[in-house]
Amino acid sequence: MKAVKIKDSEYEIKKGKILKAKMLTTMEKYFEIALPGGESLDHEPGQFVEVSILGIGEAPISISSSPTKRGSFELVVRNAGKLSGALHKLEAGDEVGIRGPFGKGFPVRILEGNDLLFVAAGLGVVPLRSLINFVIDNRRDFGKVNILLGCRTPQNMLFNDELEQWGKRLDVNFNCTVDKADPDWKGNVGLITTLIPGINLEPERTFAVVVGPPIMYKFVIVELLKKQIPERQILVSLERHMKCGLGKCGHCQINNMYCCQDGPVFTYDKIKGIPEAL
Amino acid sequence: MLHNLEQYVVLAKSDFDHFIVALAREQKVFAPVAKDFGQFSFEQVTEGRQVALKYIPTILPPKKYFMPQYETLATFDTSTGQNMEPVVEYEKMVLLGVHTCDLAGIQCLNMVFNERPKDLNYLIRKNKITIIGYECNDYCDKYASCRLVHNHTPNGGYDLFFTDISTDKFIVHVNTLAGEEIIEKANVFEPASEADLKALEKLRTEKRAIFAKNEVPIEHERISELFDKAYSSKVWEELAEKCLACGNCTNVCPSCYCFDVIDEPNLDLKTGKRYRKWDSCQNETFAKVAGGESFREERGARQRHRYYRKFKYPLDKFSRFFCTGCGRCSRTCMAGINLKETLSKLIDEQGMKNPNAGEVKLG
Repeated sequence: MKAVKIKDSEYEIKKGKILKAKMLTTMEKYFEIALPGGESLDHEPGQFVEVSILGIGEAPISISSSPTKRGSFELVVRNAGKLSGALHKLEAGDEVGIRGPFGKGFPVRILEGNDLLFVAAGLGVVPLRSLINFVIDNRRDFGKVNILLGCRTPQNMLFNDELEQWGKRLDVNFNCTVDKADPDWKGNVGLITTLIPGINLEPERTFAVVVGPPIMYKFVIVELLKKQIPERQILVSLERHMKCGLGKCGHCQINNMYCCQDGPVFTYDKIKGIPEAL
Repeated sequence: MLHNLEQYVVLAKSDFDHFIVALAREQKVFAPVAKDFGQFSFEQVTEGRQVALKYIPTILPPKKYFMPQYETLATFDTSTGQNMEPVVEYEKMVLLGVHTCDLAGIQCLNMVFNERPKDLNYLIRKNKITIIGYECNDYCDKYASCRLVHNHTPNGGYDLFFTDISTDKFIVHVNTLAGEEIIEKANVFEPASEADLKALEKLRTEKRAIFAKNEVPIEHERISELFDKAYSSKVWEELAEKCLACGNCTNVCPSCYCFDVIDEPNLDLKTGKRYRKWDSCQNETFAKVAGGESFREERGARQRHRYYRKFKYPLDKFSRFFCTGCGRCSRTCMAGINLKETLSKLIDEQGMKNPNAGEVKLG
């Protein structure tokens, strides 16, 4: 069979130049990436890109920066597989392939004017940060903002400088907890669910945005429902292996939905009866 | 008269070989060929005697030409950065002798890859393939369930369609200009007569008697309802106990299209290709994420997923069943998981049995 070059292939990659790369913890590495000619990625908070190293492969990675950051975007990658392992070896000046952005992000237009409760556990802060920073950069368009953050130990905490800034702001209520403290830790100890009962909120005008490891959703959602937040105002972002990003390859399918096209952001009322979702 | 006489031609069976030889001189022709152990396979042919017109569904469906098991998506060269060039692999060809179940399978794939974002690799390749269908006058074997999904008679999807109407001739429906061109070039086809069309209609009437009932005791219209009810069925647990998670069922399915994308560097470690290959939702790692979590860890859940991808999800999305009724999954399963048997058990369990709608003969 002959192979012929084609234009407009969905598999075509753009060259992404790594402007900055640094380890955030022993496991997670941060990358700031620019497209050729400073072209905008033009993403919505909560979307993802497919990142390639040709010869190694491609993997879906959440975009961590807000679209309000112009000229470049940010990813945070945990060293967990073949591609992420190879990414960890890259430094500023190196190149990666980028496809996307893909998927349905957080519905920012719908969130405007409402109070927001952000709940991030573990790596969940990485995609959620794209929305949190978007909200902070457009602060007057939103109501009250609560940010709850949980992670295993203080050493696992990502974006320490930024968290400190969020904590200092008067227009944002920030709280965090660790499962296991160390001697220097002065904050809360316990699971993230312990922070929810203490939050003061008006449920009918609050949207809860929850991102974390699969196991965390069930427990957090129970707490949010106790707070009377309507099911359609609870937003989650689901992790699946979105291999192609095009709603074809089947890996990310959740019952009749393709996570890469119908998600990764879903409202709880859309997925609550679906056994494969949570 | 139901059919438009002008769209029909006839071919004397004695001219069949001549037709194949002439066609194969123009372009590559692929058709069912008899293999050992009573199996058949689509392979390249150059003369009529190689073609097995009376065949049970081939080991692999014609999907293998539309969506090859391995397919290069791009070539790359990283010596000066992340340089890649998307490519499509295709070949002009004629597929001859495609049964109505497999025509339906191709129609399913067309819908999937035409849906936005469109898959150019598939769509470009598909347009290079001419399809000549071939009618089944009777059941191929006990595994088929084509009546249930309304695929026992042609529903389009071909350029030409052959029906064996008598001991000495085929009647051919000319459905497209590409088909008409083949007829004209071959110079062995004659216009069909009123009598030929009558013979076709008589055959279709006889087929209505042969395919009188569904292959399982349920109405076509109630399959959707069955799957609405059966999600938590015990039948999935039974399948879990049998299933070896080998993925044979999905490989041989004409409407299964899941794939993996893999990079293959050359020995210089700079150049290479990115290709896709068939993957299977029956593999344990299929729905696994980087963190190690798998979202369909149980074999029963994976089998259920396969059935729902044939009888429920595509119905909601594309308004058609993705089971074509070809029976390949049952024929090939090493553990003896049988589609008709599974459906019958679900029907029994949900109290939806209707003996007037169909009956199950497992042979």
